[in-house]
Amino acid sequence: MGERLSLSGAPPPGEPVAPAVPWRSVSTVWAVLLLAVVLAFAVVRPRGLPEAAAAVPAAAIAVGGGLVPWAAARDEMIMLGPTVGFLAAILALAHLADAWGVFGYAGALAARASRGSPTRLLTVVFGIAAAVTAVLSLDATVVLLTPVVFATAAAAGVRARPQVYACTHLANAGSLLLPVANLTNLLAFGATGLTFLGFAGMMALPWLAVLAVEYAVFRWFFAGDLATPARPAPVAPSPAPRFALVVLALTLAGFAAAEPMGVAPAWVAAGGAVALAVPLSVRAVGRRLRTAREIALSTNPLFCFFVFGLGVVVLALRRNGLDDLIAALTPSSADFLGLLAVAALAALLANIVNNVPATLVLVPVVAHTPGLVLAALIGVNIGPNLTYVGSLATLLWRRILHARDEPPSTSAFLRLGAVSVPACLLAAVVALWVALKLSTVL
Amino acid sequence: MKVVVWLAEGTWQACVDAAAEVAPPAASITLLHVTDPALASDVSDAYAGMVGRGSGGRDPGLAVDAAAARAAEAMLAAAAARLDRPSSPALRRGRLEREVVSAAEGADLLVVARDGPVTRLGPRSLNPPTRFVVDHAPCAVLLVWPTPPPPVDTIPPPPPHKAAPPHHP
Repeated sequence: MGERLSLSGAPPPGEPVAPAVPWRSVSTVWAVLLLAVVLAFAVVRPRGLPEAAAAVPAAAIAVGGGLVPWAAARDEMIMLGPTVGFLAAILALAHLADAWGVFGYAGALAARASRGSPTRLLTVVFGIAAAVTAVLSLDATVVLLTPVVFATAAAAGVRARPQVYACTHLANAGSLLLPVANLTNLLAFGATGLTFLGFAGMMALPWLAVLAVEYAVFRWFFAGDLATPARPAPVAPSPAPRFALVVLALTLAGFAAAEPMGVAPAWVAAGGAVALAVPLSVRAVGRRLRTAREIALSTNPLFCFFVFGLGVVVLALRRNGLDDLIAALTPSSADFLGLLAVAALAALLANIVNNVPATLVLVPVVAHTPGLVLAALIGVNIGPNLTYVGSLATLLWRRILHARDEPPSTSAFLRLGAVSVPACLLAAVVALWVALKLSTVL
Repeated sequence: MKVVVWLAEGTWQACVDAAAEVAPPAASITLLHVTDPALASDVSDAYAGMVGRGSGGRDPGLAVDAAAARAAEAMLAAAAARLDRPSSPALRRGRLEREVVSAAEGADLLVVARDGPVTRLGPRSLNPPTRFVVDHAPCAVLLVWPTPPPPVDTIPPPPPHKAAPPHHP
């Protein structure tokens, strides 16, 4: 009798499953290898190839090799569909808001409100970065807002370090409030069983606590830079891009309003993007094709494929032992220590393998208790500020890359994370615990 | 006489004014600006940390780097205009304190501004890079206040004298 070669080594039907350890350990090794290759590829990105170039074939191998049955992989992708659709739409929405001058306007607003004071500029940037992250997601803050904030600070004669670091920190830590603020929130939102506004209600206190702690840490950490006197420079008045701001406000209201009617946020975000895109395309006479191409590219389709591929590869690992391991490590009740342990474990995982895979791994295991899902989100959203490049592997690889050209001249970011991350985690967990006590929903 | 004037955000005007006042007419004045690439590189790193986004020219660190270069050029131009006499610009990239010290090699005078909290007299009125420059400058240093200096009574009172140690013959 010829043996069927299978990566999973799953027992043929009818045979007893009892001595499960040997075949399971083989397929676990394969699943770990696949995920390791996908993540290593995403870190190193050989020849500038997109991350999907490894994630999609790895997902195919996982299914073809029998690590995941096709039906389960298909269900996973169907489950990820709305999330990935939302991701594409919100990326386009942010790109279009930028084309309408929303970020430039935010910079001008910050310059005017700061009246030449570095500390006031930091305060205003905190507000803007928190708002942009909450509504347009962390990508918009890092990619679109950060350069504008730097230029604003430079034009105001202010040393830009505190404000620029504030953007990168709040993109992660400030993404707790709304389900749309971070890919991690979207991946976990379904498991919380909360409505859009219910999620915002539960996370409002932790979000405010994190903002307060980050602000205090920044004021202390950058006291020197913030104390440098600046000479207020006249700020040219810039007209508000009213149409774009109204569309963004309606989109935000739409996220909450459309949900009870069963309309996914992806459709609302897509509607907002279309509302911003049409007038731009109409005006771009002679450049319509280019404008349309830019908008299409802004959805970052390869990123979307990467999320699908990663979802299947992580599922392969979950089905081959990881779920059991994580379940053994996580507490089962949402008391204070349980919340803290899950948040800490999530932060640790986010720093080892990056926060998107960490969310995919952790959320299904704690999905039985919505409070623990929220604690996991606190961990995966705040945690990345510790190694600031997302994971230890990325950090080490970037250091190797930099060693070739210019040596990294500061460890300011690392020191900042070492202070702010533990404090933010603790404050957010305390706030979540209070919110859970006060809540009538959970 | 070779004078190097270190220009930094928020304080460069005071340095330029001081240089105009003390440098003899025949002095050669270099206006120096140093950009630390670490900030832009940290922004690139933060972007790289967001898994799966690819590169695709969206790296915000590149935009920050370009904006920093533009800001440095603009500051040098504004400083040259404020000085209103012949000077030569110098743009450097690297660790602030190391680059300034290295640029001051062979100069007769380095003009530097205090850049810490300027509300009271004391060591905290120099941020760490400036403190390094003052401590390691290979020439004379003119250290100026970017704002009118605070009064002398902002120095805390001295600690009481300790009793003299017992004398052992």
